[in-house]
Amino acid sequence: MNALLSVRGLGVDFETGDGPVHVLENVSLDIAPGEITGIIGESGSGKSVMAFAVMGILDPAARITGGDILFRGESLLAMDPRRRDGWRGREAAIIFQNPRAALNPIRRVGDQIGDVIARHDRPPAHALRGRVEDALRRVGIPDPARRARAWPFELSGGQCQRISIAMALACRPGLLIADEPTTGLDVTTQAAIIALIRALARENGTAVALITHDLALAAATCDRLAIMHAGHVVETAPAPTILAAPRHPYTRALLASAPALAGSINELQPIPGRLPDLRRADLPPCRFAERCPRRIARCDAPGPLGLHEAAPRHLLACRNPP
Amino acid sequence: MSMVLRRLLTAIPTLFGVVVVTFLLTRVLPGDPAVFFASNPSMSAADIAAVREHLGLDLPLRDQFLVYLGNLMHGDLGRSVATGQSVAAEFARRLPASAELTVAAFALAVAIALPLGVAAALRPGSPVDHAARLIATLGASLPSFVTGLLLIFAFYVFAGIAPEPAGRLAPFMVEPERVTGFLTLDALLAGERATFAAALRQLALPAAAMALFALAPLTRMTRAAMIATLGADFIRTARAAGLSRRTIIVTYALRNAMVPVATTMGMTFSYMLGANVLIERVFSWPGIGAFAIDSLINLDYAPLQAFMLVMAAVFITVNLATDLVTALIDPRAAR
Repeated sequence: MNALLSVRGLGVDFETGDGPVHVLENVSLDIAPGEITGIIGESGSGKSVMAFAVMGILDPAARITGGDILFRGESLLAMDPRRRDGWRGREAAIIFQNPRAALNPIRRVGDQIGDVIARHDRPPAHALRGRVEDALRRVGIPDPARRARAWPFELSGGQCQRISIAMALACRPGLLIADEPTTGLDVTTQAAIIALIRALARENGTAVALITHDLALAAATCDRLAIMHAGHVVETAPAPTILAAPRHPYTRALLASAPALAGSINELQPIPGRLPDLRRADLPPCRFAERCPRRIARCDAPGPLGLHEAAPRHLLACRNPP
Repeated sequence: MSMVLRRLLTAIPTLFGVVVVTFLLTRVLPGDPAVFFASNPSMSAADIAAVREHLGLDLPLRDQFLVYLGNLMHGDLGRSVATGQSVAAEFARRLPASAELTVAAFALAVAIALPLGVAAALRPGSPVDHAARLIATLGASLPSFVTGLLLIFAFYVFAGIAPEPAGRLAPFMVEPERVTGFLTLDALLAGERATFAAALRQLALPAAAMALFALAPLTRMTRAAMIATLGADFIRTARAAGLSRRTIIVTYALRNAMVPVATTMGMTFSYMLGANVLIERVFSWPGIGAFAIDSLINLDYAPLQAFMLVMAAVFITVNLATDLVTALIDPRAAR
């Protein structure tokens, strides 16, 4: 497969006062050009950390312990830092949750978009304004010439997220990471933002990694889904396959606990237990084992647990799949 | 613009309050100025009463206040009993001296504190950060007259490269034609390079001593504000967008951090102008701080009241300037 982005066996630790936290372990994920991939997991499952590692904006306390990240076949981790700066924003971009805080409060939104375009595309000065207005028009901001002069505090949360998207897509990157882009927005705005991301991605052939804990939203939006639990990717498959024939016990539990996907409220099943403490030195090879109804002796056998192909295009990390 | 006008109007009651309070404060000071100025053993009670009447101190407090207020309205700040000079003339001569010293010290402090604070914030725990903390702690803990004396010892007594700490210009030099009242500027305007160099040399040590004192709040605030700003979400956005390090630090982080720093700069500046009494003493600087202390000791009411009034006006002006600068930086503050 000719992946645009290929995360291979990535491990990330966070150094804390009480020792390292093993936030990501042996994480692998491929994203094809133009494909929309949903990355789904509970809070603390490492979704955002993986996104930040790809973008190279990890916290200074984070340490990459192993693996590699390839973009169009080239290692991002081995890339010269100066080239990596140029790569960010031009080849890959990210939008965050809480869009208002994500914008510089004392810089006009048009200037913030202009900063990104000027940095990567270096258009002649007289053309910059037109490029900024184009970027605003593409994300559905009415009257772009006037809106470009607005301050972030004059805009609604949804409009701020549209500005963020305009910034991210201004240089038409091949990959857009959307890290919970609708958190904190009201429901109708959420649907509009997701529809906008999807439409722009399809139009430009941009691959999207949509990070969310909302399984129903991801299932409706994405081509493929990757399920994460406690710093592992446990299952990836095309979205319809995940919904119709999930293989990993955690994926099944997640589906049974999603209100929009379960048949009725009586069928909702909470997932027992909680995420294991990632500071533990004795984490089992399968980090779901302690919550898993299908746990057998083989699950606790030492040795790394990797993804294997359960079916074509369907990867699974489970030693006792149903 | 309307904001400036509104702020100037609200300053009027504040100034009136200052006038009342300074008037009352000087009157409750212990001691009788008439006795003080008549301090000659041969003077009789009648002579003292005559002095008191001459100073207008025999009037009821309310009448004294009304006379004072009436004079103020005409721009008359009264007459110093100690020097016999008009207070307004005395201030016109001394205020530029203090202002020049303060502005020079302030500029020096800002020029050092901002880069130092930013460098410390960019690398917390690094040698630069520790150096910044050391300088700030020294500046905050050493009284400025001590640093002044140390500087005199090091550069005048020991190294012999600084001029004698005796005022703004060596006695044999001719002052340049007065335009701004700042000797360095006036010398430049008159094209007298030698005078400029001499004035600058006189200014260097007291300005350095005062700057060291101002370094502490400015460096600490710059560092704290930069660290807070660098941790903000929009800095992460800027990094993720691949913006250059320079753009991120200067255009994104520093401009945001300047909002609290500008407020601290305003407070530090007003404080420096009034609190350099001891520096002026140590360097025989003919400024208003030294004059105010003399007036206080001499129970010389008029210059004392004028000093407090001038300081209040300076505080109000600097506060207004701070707010204007803040509004320029932060559009949210402009509303």
